[in-house]
Amino acid sequence: MRVFLSALGIAIGIAAMIGVVGISTSSQEELDRKLAALGTNLLTAAPGQSFSGGAARLPDGAVEMVGAIDGVESVSAIGKTDAKVYRNDHVPKEVTGGIGVYAARTDLPGTVGVDVADGRWLTAATHRYPAVVLGAKAAAQLGVYEAGPDAQVWLGGRWFTVVGLLGPNELAPELDSAALVGWPAAEQELDFDGFATTVYARAEGAAVSDVQQVIGATANPENPNEVNVSRPSDALAAKQATDDALSGLLLGLGAVALLVGGVGVANTMVISVLERRAEIGLRRSLGATRGQIRTQFLCESQLLSALGGLGGVALGIAVTAGYAGYQGWPTVVPLWAMAGGVGATLLIGGLAGFYPAVRAARLPPTEALAAA
Amino acid sequence: MGPRVGESQPVGEPWPEVRPPVVELEGVSKTYGDVVALAGAGIVVRRGEMLAIVGPSGSGKSTMLNIMGTLDRPSAGTVRVDGHTVDALSDRQLSALRARTIGFVFQAFHLAAGVPALDAVADGLLYSGLPRGERRGLAERALRGVGLGQRLHNEPHQLSGGERQRVAIARAVLGDPPLLLADEPTGALDSHSGEVVMELLRTLHRAGTTVVVITHDRDIAASLPREVRIKDGRIAYDSAAGEAAAAAVTERVGA
Repeated sequence: MRVFLSALGIAIGIAAMIGVVGISTSSQEELDRKLAALGTNLLTAAPGQSFSGGAARLPDGAVEMVGAIDGVESVSAIGKTDAKVYRNDHVPKEVTGGIGVYAARTDLPGTVGVDVADGRWLTAATHRYPAVVLGAKAAAQLGVYEAGPDAQVWLGGRWFTVVGLLGPNELAPELDSAALVGWPAAEQELDFDGFATTVYARAEGAAVSDVQQVIGATANPENPNEVNVSRPSDALAAKQATDDALSGLLLGLGAVALLVGGVGVANTMVISVLERRAEIGLRRSLGATRGQIRTQFLCESQLLSALGGLGGVALGIAVTAGYAGYQGWPTVVPLWAMAGGVGATLLIGGLAGFYPAVRAARLPPTEALAAA
Repeated sequence: MGPRVGESQPVGEPWPEVRPPVVELEGVSKTYGDVVALAGAGIVVRRGEMLAIVGPSGSGKSTMLNIMGTLDRPSAGTVRVDGHTVDALSDRQLSALRARTIGFVFQAFHLAAGVPALDAVADGLLYSGLPRGERRGLAERALRGVGLGQRLHNEPHQLSGGERQRVAIARAVLGDPPLLLADEPTGALDSHSGEVVMELLRTLHRAGTTVVVITHDRDIAASLPREVRIKDGRIAYDSAAGEAAAAAVTERVGA
C-alpha cells in the first residue's frame, strides 16, 4: 500500500506533465490541421481611417488591381451596406442582432474557403435577385436552420429568400455574423455604393509576404497608409502562443508534483531499509557485497518510480485523449514527452534511492542481523 | 557439490592427527564503546571438527561467532578463515569468502515471509553466480537431504519451528561450505525439534563439515565432541586443550 501510494505521487506528477504537453501538442496539431485546411495564404485589405480621421474607402477597381498582383491566385471582396436584416417585418428596427448586411462577389467562397453548410452560394443567376446567404451565427440568431424558398428574412425593407447557409469560418469570422447578398442586388435594392470594404486575396505560398507588402499600395495607390492589411492566420497562431505560456505554468506545477513524488519514494525507501535490516544482514551473510546491497536498493527505488512513471504516462495519455476527444482535437502525445517522463522517473528513482541504498550497504551485518 | 547429508561415512572414524585449521583466532578483542565483548580470546578450529561454544548471555560468544564468520571485525587480534587473514581482505573478497566458505544458521531462522522453502534454500547460492534453475535443483536435493522433500513449496508460516530451522540449515549448506556456524540453532525450538536439528548438524559433521554451534545449553554443549566455555570475553575452558592436536597452537586460555 505504501509502495503504491509513493508510486502514485510520481504517477500524478508525470501524468500532469504528460497531460499538459499532450493537450498543448494536440491543440497545436489541431491548429496546424486547421491552418493546413484553411491555408495561411489568405490576406485581407480593408479601408482604415483617412488622414483626417474619417472612414476611408477603397477606390473603384481596387479588387481588380489586387487580383493583378503577381502571386495572387484569386481575389474577392465584400462591401458593407447600411441595410439591416430581421427575422420578419414585425421586429423592432433597433433589434438588429449585430448582423451586418454585405454585398458579396460570387467568387467569395473560392477565395476565402468558406463552406456552404446548406443550400447554395449566390450564383450568377441569384446574385441579381433578393436572395441572401447567411453566416453561421447570423442564421442561428435569425432562427433560420434551413435554406430554401420558404426561408425568408426581412432585409432592407423587403423580403429576401435565404438560398444558403454558411458553415463557421475561423479565417474570416466576420462572415459568421453576416448576411450576404449579391453585388448587383445590393446596388439595386439596398442603395449600396459599390465600394468594397474588405478585399480577400489568396496568394501563392511563397509569395505571401511579398503580396502582403504591396497589397495596400495596390488597393489604394493614392493613400496606401489608409489600408489595413492583415493575415487572419496570424491571429490564430497568436492565440496559440498565449496558450503556450499557460502550458509553461502548468508544466511547472507538474514538476512540483513530481518532486513531491520523488520525496515520497525516498521516504518509502528509507523506511524499507529500516524494516528490512534482517534481510540485509542475511544477504550479507550469504555473501552479498556492499555493492550488491546498494545496487539492490537502488534498483528497487528505480523500479518503484519507473512503475509510477509508466502509470503516469498512461494516465497522462488518457487525460490527453479524454480532453482532446471532448474538444474534438486529434490526440497527440509526443514521443519525447513519454520518453522524457520515463527518463525523469528513473533519474528521480536513482536520486531518491541513493541515500537509502548507501545506508543499507553501510549497515554492519551483525547489527542488521540483530535487528530481527 | 551438494549437501553431504546422508552420504555413507563411517560414524566416529578417527580423523588424521593434524588437520588444517579452518578458523584461527589469536588474541582477539572486541569492544563496543566501553563494553568489552571479547578480551583476547584465542581458538583454533580444525577442519572436520564439531564444537560447541557455550557461555551465559553476555559472555561474548555471539561476538566470537560473528568474528569467526567475518560479519564483524575484531578491535584487536588476528583472524584467519580458511587460510586468509581477514584484516587484509576487501569487502568484495570477504563477501566471496562468506559466500564460498561459511554457512550461517541463526536462532531466528531468517526466512522471508511468503517465500516457499525451495526458493529460500535456493537463495543460499544467490551470490554464487549460479543460474536460478541450477540453484533450485540443488535446493531440492538439499531439502530432501534434511528430510523436507514433502515441504518444497510450503511457506515459512506453514512450517513448524523445527522444520523452519531445517530449511535454514539446508540453505546454509547448499554451497557445501567447509564451515557451518550455528548461532543458538535450537534456541527458539522445543526440546524435541531441537534434538532433530542437533542430529541434523551431527549428520553434517559426520559428512565432513566443520560445525561450530553457539549455545547456552550445557547439555547440548556436553554432547558434542569438543566444548569451549567462554566467560567475560575469555575462553574459560576448552575440552580440546592439552590434546596433542590442539597443542600445536598457542591457546590463550584465561589470558
